[in-house]
Amino acid sequence: MIAVIVIIVVVIAIALGLAGIYNGLVKRRNQVSNSWSQIDVQLKRRHDLIPNLVEAVKGYMEFEKTTLTQVINARAAAVSAAPQGPQAQAQAENMLTGALRQLFAVVENYPDLKANQNVMSLQEELTSTENKISFARQFYNDSVMTYNVKIQQFPSNLVAGMFNFSERQFFQAEETDKEVPKVDLKS
Amino acid sequence: MYEQIARNKRASWLLVVGLVAILTALGFVIGLALFGSETAAFGLLGVFGIVAIVWSLIGYYGGSRMVLAVAGAREVSHEQAPQLWNVVEEMAIAGGLPLPRVCVIDDPAPNAFATGRDPRQAAVAVTSGLLATMNRDELQGVVAHELSHVRNYDIRFMTLVGILVGVIALACDFFLRFTLFGSRGRRDGGGGGNVVFLLIGLALAIIAPLVAMIVQFSVSRQREFLADASAVQLTRNPAGLAAALEKIAADPEPLRRTNRATQHLYIANPLKKKKLKETSGLFDTHPPIGERIAILRAMEHGTKLSPEASPVS
Repeated sequence: MIAVIVIIVVVIAIALGLAGIYNGLVKRRNQVSNSWSQIDVQLKRRHDLIPNLVEAVKGYMEFEKTTLTQVINARAAAVSAAPQGPQAQAQAENMLTGALRQLFAVVENYPDLKANQNVMSLQEELTSTENKISFARQFYNDSVMTYNVKIQQFPSNLVAGMFNFSERQFFQAEETDKEVPKVDLKS
Repeated sequence: MYEQIARNKRASWLLVVGLVAILTALGFVIGLALFGSETAAFGLLGVFGIVAIVWSLIGYYGGSRMVLAVAGAREVSHEQAPQLWNVVEEMAIAGGLPLPRVCVIDDPAPNAFATGRDPRQAAVAVTSGLLATMNRDELQGVVAHELSHVRNYDIRFMTLVGILVGVIALACDFFLRFTLFGSRGRRDGGGGGNVVFLLIGLALAIIAPLVAMIVQFSVSRQREFLADASAVQLTRNPAGLAAALEKIAADPEPLRRTNRATQHLYIANPLKKKKLKETSGLFDTHPPIGERIAILRAMEHGTKLSPEASPVS
């Protein structure tokens, strides 16, 4: 009689344990998906900030028309690339990052611009947005790591196998990202 | 960096286990000395426990607002402090936390603290002195350290430790009064055996609160190291926080509105010591700032661009 009770208790305990592991995996998988979407949130924020920056600097930078045009075009390309899938989107966003870097480098040459509060606060906002994109990607990678570790560790790997939890990919820098962007101050 | 974090978490939990052990030992000894049975003593400890918990819960729930008011912190908006807001927002994103309230304390001494029993009730406060002296990377390091306290549930953890220490202190106090000033209700358990436990009990009752406090301060120091390591996990930039701590250490001015009760919440002990100490005193809430800087600078060695620095092949 006691043996039966003990067996029932053990079975219930194991079932609860498995349920707990399953729920943990579900939570982490959703965290990974959520953190991926958060990157998009920051990318969109950058798209929205850029027109203001261009307006603010346009008057001062008569001689830097090509740099400004590059930024405007890159932004348009990034916005239209968004629905085309992560590959195209990542490429377009990298082009935009490059164009913005050139613009910031050029701003250093204009003391009038540096004294302009508007421009400086916009630059801070854009710098912050670049940082937020990086940190969102960092958090995405951290979430992927935690999730992948849980999938691979014993005993959660058993549950993961039973319910088809698969590993997620880390966010990787594009090959073009690893090149040093050219900053052309004479164009 | 992950190693540091794991080591710190282990150390904190070992210390808490130590406190619980002290409590259990006390209960056992007091029970045998006073009542001849352990169950009565544990019952008593339970009563003290409830008192200590209720007392701490009041602090826990009203705590954030009280602490901010005591420190003289005022909440600021994005327009009023854009760089600070952005830095805090960036760290919240890196940690997957909701955005805390951002506050500024008008004080020329550079310092910062965070409060909040969980990430949803969090607030981060920095002094105007900190904003004036730090560059963006250093400010980010400090904010990351403070948000890490919130992320690691340090405020909740330290409250728990406080409760344990409080119960130990109450129990010892009760025991001492009971044995020294009256023997009403003391049942005679059996002569000689009782006296031995009585003596042990008295010795423990005097030493235990002291030991408990030493453990509490030790836990506080471990948590500071953990917050430093967690901050690096957020920023991936140990140099930022290291440089910030160096600047704070070099500043001779003490913080104006502070006292012993709130000192453990700040990033650097606001009650200034005259020089950089090499080893930590038993009753210090913070580890020596020199040691913290050394640990952070050591983390940098894998990330510098010079060829001989990295040990990984």
